[in-house]
Amino acid sequence: MSALLDFYAKHSRLIDQIGVNAILALSLSVSLQAGQLALAQAAFMGIAAYVSAILALNAHWPLPATILTAAIVSSVVAALLAYPVRGLRGVFLAIATIGFAEIVRVIANNLAITGGAEGLSGIPNDATTPVIYGSLAIVAAALFVLSRTKFALAVALVREDEHAARGVGVDVGAIRTYSLALGGAIAGLAGALYAHASFFITPADFGFAEMEKILVWCVVGGVTSPAGAVLGATTLSILPEAIRFLADYREIFNGIILLGVILFAPGGLASLWRRRAVRP
Amino acid sequence: MIAQQLLNGLFLGAVYSLFAVGYTLVFGVLDILNLAHAAIFTAAAFTAFSLSMAGVPLPLALIAAAIVAGIMGILLDRVAFAPLRARNAGTLVPLISSIGVAIVIGAVLRGIYGIDERHFTTGGLDTAPAIHAGPLTFTIVELTIFLSAIALMLVLSWVLRSTSLGRRIRAVGQDRIAAALLGINLEATVAATFFIASALGGAAGVLTALRYDSITLDMGGPIELKGLAVIILGGMGSVTGAVIGGFILGAVETLAVVFGLSAWRDAILFGVMFVLLVARPTGLFGKRALRAA
Repeated sequence: MSALLDFYAKHSRLIDQIGVNAILALSLSVSLQAGQLALAQAAFMGIAAYVSAILALNAHWPLPATILTAAIVSSVVAALLAYPVRGLRGVFLAIATIGFAEIVRVIANNLAITGGAEGLSGIPNDATTPVIYGSLAIVAAALFVLSRTKFALAVALVREDEHAARGVGVDVGAIRTYSLALGGAIAGLAGALYAHASFFITPADFGFAEMEKILVWCVVGGVTSPAGAVLGATTLSILPEAIRFLADYREIFNGIILLGVILFAPGGLASLWRRRAVRP
Repeated sequence: MIAQQLLNGLFLGAVYSLFAVGYTLVFGVLDILNLAHAAIFTAAAFTAFSLSMAGVPLPLALIAAAIVAGIMGILLDRVAFAPLRARNAGTLVPLISSIGVAIVIGAVLRGIYGIDERHFTTGGLDTAPAIHAGPLTFTIVELTIFLSAIALMLVLSWVLRSTSLGRRIRAVGQDRIAAALLGINLEATVAATFFIASALGGAAGVLTALRYDSITLDMGGPIELKGLAVIILGGMGSVTGAVIGGFILGAVETLAVVFGLSAWRDAILFGVMFVLLVARPTGLFGKRALRAA
């Protein structure tokens, strides 16, 4: 038992990070499952991180209230973003959402209330390991329940063939909006937890580099299943720590694993033991 | 003041254009958004740095680094894109595999050079003699960078318009299957496209490094995303559009400083890009129809 506590004391920061990363990967997997490569997850995360940090610092709200409010704000922003980009597909959707995320970052860089480029510090450090993993469990359970509903069926149909989906009466626009909003809410939850598990946040934490990481976790784990997203985020968060001795070269394995998965296991790591036809 | 800033914008824009033409060429021919373009841009700058440290004169180092970048482009295609092309994986999966290559290149550069900023130590870059032309001031280095970028773009334009390779590249861009049926060697043409695009991107990296006399691991970050805005502005796949888009970006960035908007200039840039994507996805100068992926 004491060995276990020792291990936790030594690695608690990494363990917390893995939990937050897993929630982030889940958030992106929601919009990927609807066939949308929307790359604004880091921005949704950032919006929520700032909202929850500002509520905690300036209004002294308790943790659950700041998290909930932050997730709702992110979700609303995501739903509003869904409207103008409703006509965009493929790489054009990806680029438009990257642009949106950059605008969010520049705004965070320039406003007084967000602390500009220096960001915000002194955020109460109250997102403990149980809070983070409790949130992860709730999100995973909710997505699991959702995957058994007609909504999930409609989402899969929109992904596989939009015209066929329209043909059987699925409101494609609504499905796309809901899945973006749900992904925004989950990314918001992760962002709020991130803020309350870090000593400070800066706009650079929520830039395109973070977005790329989230995408890589999803793809490596497997795009079309929540389990894959969690698996990918966990594996790739631990790996660089496990090979610290490689020093500056260690990120190389994340790139090689990503390429290996795309070329040899297009369904992601999760598909390796789950022999089901899954498309990237 | 404004004239001077416009001149600076012209110098800046030439390098943006050079980066963007390679970015957009790959998209025009293969419909791939190559997110490793900025990593090759950075790798070329470091290659030129190492060569100049070894005593190679800068003009030669620029050419050699561009060739190295071109070869990296061919390897990029073989590793990240060719296998996906063979199994018709669509346009989104290659985007992600190019991120994989970018991560590998970034990690290797970080392993070799560490995270510190590097400078060309050949000396004289920042003390190069200034040229005064009426109210305008610029350095010989800036002028050389500008002329090199323009020369490279003219060469590209000539290759695409007037050579048999250019005709093959354009044919593959229009219809890959029809081009192959007509006897065009698809893989060789794609390799040539990647060589040209990456060599130009690499040259842009070296010129950017020379302009600021600074080489860093993250120097490709801003231009990667701004480059997206440039090729959207110009119409994705349109080489001429990318050149014009690059100069517009250069002018807007320097004018933003004049009007005291420098802190917000990227938000304005991406805002324009977003509106343009939503309202006119073919760009200001593009004629290509919007494609679903």
